[in-house]
Amino acid sequence: MDKIRFATVWLAGCSGCHMSFLDLDEWLIVLAQQADVVYSPVGSDIKDYPENVDVCLVEGGVANEDNLELLLNVRKRTKTLISFGDCAVTANVPGMRNMLGGAEPVLKRGYLELAEHSPQLPHAPGIVPELLAQVLPVHQIVPVDIYMPGCPPPADRIRATLEPLLRGGNARHGRPRHD
Amino acid sequence: MTVKTLKIDGKDVAIERGATILQAAKEASIPIPTLCFLEGVTPAAACRMCLVEVEGSSKLLPACVTEVAEGMVVQTNTPKLQEFRRMNVELLFAEGNHVCSICVANGNCELQDMAITVGMDHSRFPYRFPDRHVDVSHEQFGIDHNRCILCTRCVRVCDEIEGAHVWDVAQRGEHCFIVSGLHQPWGEVDACTACGKCVDACPTGAIFRKGNTTGEKERDRAKLAFLVTAREKHQWTR
Repeated sequence: MDKIRFATVWLAGCSGCHMSFLDLDEWLIVLAQQADVVYSPVGSDIKDYPENVDVCLVEGGVANEDNLELLLNVRKRTKTLISFGDCAVTANVPGMRNMLGGAEPVLKRGYLELAEHSPQLPHAPGIVPELLAQVLPVHQIVPVDIYMPGCPPPADRIRATLEPLLRGGNARHGRPRHD
Repeated sequence: MTVKTLKIDGKDVAIERGATILQAAKEASIPIPTLCFLEGVTPAAACRMCLVEVEGSSKLLPACVTEVAEGMVVQTNTPKLQEFRRMNVELLFAEGNHVCSICVANGNCELQDMAITVGMDHSRFPYRFPDRHVDVSHEQFGIDHNRCILCTRCVRVCDEIEGAHVWDVAQRGEHCFIVSGLHQPWGEVDACTACGKCVDACPTGAIFRKGNTTGEKERDRAKLAFLVTAREKHQWTR
């Protein structure tokens, strides 16, 4: 059977979901035999998200312009997009800044009001991505095929989600109970 | 005692007059999901999880406060009700700021359990991210309004079991919140006996013991049932 083209991306999250992915331990070897890792912060060094990806795990909420641009590319170039973990599904902890209102009050709070030394707002166009007004869950930006809640989702839940996709089966039947 | 007979999900049920549909369903081992209902205190029909279809009524009726009637035909689990229940839970999550990963009740939360029961894996409604407050002025307890679903269990246990009536419901609509005393910080309310019944009653992590961190909240729910039984049936041991 052909290997599937597999990717993972890391938006606004703590990378804990990716750490949980690495907790798949020896099953990662099984995965490597059945999947080509074409893009991943923990599995490849490719900088641009490629075309024709079969399955992508998306960790994190959508917090800044970089996140947004990457996510739009992911959706365009991926068959099965998995909202991976609570930040992707609910905005979770990154979303707690939404209670302050837009990007400006958040930056002022973080870099001016709470600063002890040389308070100043970060300004480096083209280098530091601009914050979006709100951190949003992935499905509020693009359609999502599978939701995998958990903070982080435990490794066996990740495996139960991916296994049917490796067999080319219907993803939804492989969705684990989130308990 | 007059007995009423009715049909719930096609099953014949007989129960005394004055009983609710929820009691009748329980008697017949038919599960109806509830969140705000708490054995021993007055039902409030606040959460709308227990809505059922009753033949001849165009409205859905809350099972916890609807009395049985002779010949009633009740449906508790139609596709329409399942969809409404899931929407209801999604709305509860979207309304407040429920950040499970940092909550004292994570893994021990009736709202989380309900999400799993109704098969919710994400909210189809945009989160509101309301600006709500945390009151930790009480020596032993705290209330985090971000996690409150306004079930009013705390209001009812404090009033009806403890008899202190520290809690009440203030404002309306999206501004609605659980208020302590005369809108004072909880720690300044003289009426509070620090009994902790509100902590035991709260289905989420909204009311908690200080010092608890993520996932550590434990409740002594049996204490509430014991007190009610003690009062009503004069059984004084646990």
